[in-house]
Amino acid sequence: MKSIIALIPALPLLSFLILVLFGGKLSRKVTGWIGAGSIGMASLLTMVVGINFINALPGLKSYTVIVWQWMHAGNLNADISFSLDSLSLIFCFVITFVGFLIQIYSIGFMAEDEGYRRFFAYMNLFVSSMLILVLADNILLMYLGWEGVGLCSYLLIGFWYKEPENGTAARKAFIITRIGDTAMIIGIIILFVNFDTFNIQDLMHQASAKWATGSTIAVVTAFLLLSGALGKSAQLPLQTWLPDAMAGPSPVSALIHAATMVTAGVYLIARTNILFSLAPIVQAVIATIGALTLLVAGFSALGQHDLKRILAYSTISQIGYMFLALGVGAYSAAIFHFMIHAFFKALLFLAAGVVILVLNEEHDIFKMGGLRKKMPVVFWTFLTGSASLSALPLVTAGFYSKDAILWFAYSSDSGGIVLWLAGIVGAFLTALYSFRMIFITFFGEAKTEPVLKEGKLMTIPLIILAVLSVVGGFIELPASMGTVHIFSGLVNNTLPGVVIKNVENVEWLFQLISALIAMSGIYFAYRFYFKKPKYMETFRHSRLNHLFETGFGFDKIYDTIIVNPIVWLAEIDKKDIFDLFNISIANLALLGNRVLSLTENGKLRWYILSFAIGIALILTFMINK
Amino acid sequence: MLTVPIDTQILFAGILFFLGLIGLLVRRNLVFMLMAIEIMFNSAGLVFIIAARHWNQPDGQVMFIFILAVTAVEVAIGLALILQVYHHFKTLDVDAINNLKDDR
Repeated sequence: MKSIIALIPALPLLSFLILVLFGGKLSRKVTGWIGAGSIGMASLLTMVVGINFINALPGLKSYTVIVWQWMHAGNLNADISFSLDSLSLIFCFVITFVGFLIQIYSIGFMAEDEGYRRFFAYMNLFVSSMLILVLADNILLMYLGWEGVGLCSYLLIGFWYKEPENGTAARKAFIITRIGDTAMIIGIIILFVNFDTFNIQDLMHQASAKWATGSTIAVVTAFLLLSGALGKSAQLPLQTWLPDAMAGPSPVSALIHAATMVTAGVYLIARTNILFSLAPIVQAVIATIGALTLLVAGFSALGQHDLKRILAYSTISQIGYMFLALGVGAYSAAIFHFMIHAFFKALLFLAAGVVILVLNEEHDIFKMGGLRKKMPVVFWTFLTGSASLSALPLVTAGFYSKDAILWFAYSSDSGGIVLWLAGIVGAFLTALYSFRMIFITFFGEAKTEPVLKEGKLMTIPLIILAVLSVVGGFIELPASMGTVHIFSGLVNNTLPGVVIKNVENVEWLFQLISALIAMSGIYFAYRFYFKKPKYMETFRHSRLNHLFETGFGFDKIYDTIIVNPIVWLAEIDKKDIFDLFNISIANLALLGNRVLSLTENGKLRWYILSFAIGIALILTFMINK
Repeated sequence: MLTVPIDTQILFAGILFFLGLIGLLVRRNLVFMLMAIEIMFNSAGLVFIIAARHWNQPDGQVMFIFILAVTAVEVAIGLALILQVYHHFKTLDVDAINNLKDDR
């Protein structure tokens, strides 16, 4: 029964192989249902496993299944082995369930695409790698999954490879995440060299036993792992790849660049939390980076005019919230926000995909408008998602998850008023840019006419996700309103609970403030973008807006200090200075060839003469001896 | 019986060989070149005979029989090749037949 968890990543992998090896013989319909069905099966299995697991709690907190021995050399020992605990269960659930809905949607969304089979093959490979990442028992297998999702992200961003800029975006994503990944593998090697094992549990036990809190090696290792997480999760300073990654199809953005892969960094930090608790400085860095990222990305989202780029910056910003929560030690709040974010952000991306598809590849929100009447299902689901994203009080799930983070950012042992302030400003920005999207896209007068009607395959996943982004919040209610701790109860089986410092319990006050902030953000959006678009027009041409639009010019800075010098060096190296020596040897040989080939003149009698002379010479020398 | 010194005999064979070689070098007609080669063969055979005579051993004579056989075979193949060459190129001028030459 337990070994069933090995099937969860195996099923999507199997369907990937089927699609790659025999896909040419399958009809489009079968291809789609294999692609979606395998993930649906994985999702069902996850639920069965999950129910069994929760029933066995609290007696059984985690279990491991070894599938086979992967490599064994000396003391280097790694198995293909999966382990299930509440953290990986939640990730598995989100990956398979949201993944399944997105695959169903893709059957409709990609119906006309020529790369239909390729799309489903890549998506299945992605889901399989992501499941390996979260289920891996040892850190090496986890790294395999980590690189697997990076590869699939690359392949899917550049899915429409005929446009050169899509290929550029894919390479950018790959290279920037690679910077983090390199740091991460160094961190993994440091861990292995010190503790002679790859098993995550053993590593964490040994680290807490052998390394002192705040010791240099602990800080360095934690920092290296954090770098990997920053690259994957698009946090400052490695966030620039995510907005460009929107070049991929919308289901890809929904699954990989919103719901699952970009939260792998959150998973990594949560999984190795013991190591991070040994390095309080790095913890503080995580919280600071999270706070900065959510502000930078929030402001950037305000300046975008491409619907998907707004959502991309919003994703960066929301993951910033998760990092903030991780930094202050509120693991369950981070994981809770991860889950709720997966629901509403997948919903928003899918709905945006429908809008873009229906409007014939129109990405610019200023060319949209008035879509409320024309596509009511998309409007209402998009509204629900945005409300959840802006943490509309009481009714939406986003409120409960974000509120938990904001409260812990203040009240946690390592939190403080500054982090809370950053979070609350971010909350205002979130509400503002979410409803800016709503008002500009769905209200006002129509500027582009829809060219086709969205199908049921696309709208049903939207409705399911919309329901989840509302009711998903009720499994975890704060102490001030109802005290439901189903989710954190589950998470805290694996992760340490948050340490609250000795403050007065004024959570209700903080909730009131954040509720007011969210409402006022929506109100401002209503004033600026709906009632008085005149201000908006002036703002659109201001320099501040330009700063926001370019994402605070990070791309430009990196181009100047890193990319351009390297390109310059490459230009010099193009002349192959170091090859000159080798080339001269080759030229010498060629010259010899030219000279000697003169003797090959095709005159048989000339050959005979040289033959005779040669023999005469040889004989002369031999006789002289 | 008049005995010719061995040096003279060898010299005679050598002259014969060089006559053949010069014939090979100066003639351009393939038939004549084949004939020149025959002369060179025969001069080599002559040296065997001279050696056999000098040491009173039969081996040299035997060797000459071999050489004769080889020459006969060589002439057969050579003439066949010359026929084919003429058939193909409509000439026997060896300088004109240089299709395998490096073209540079």
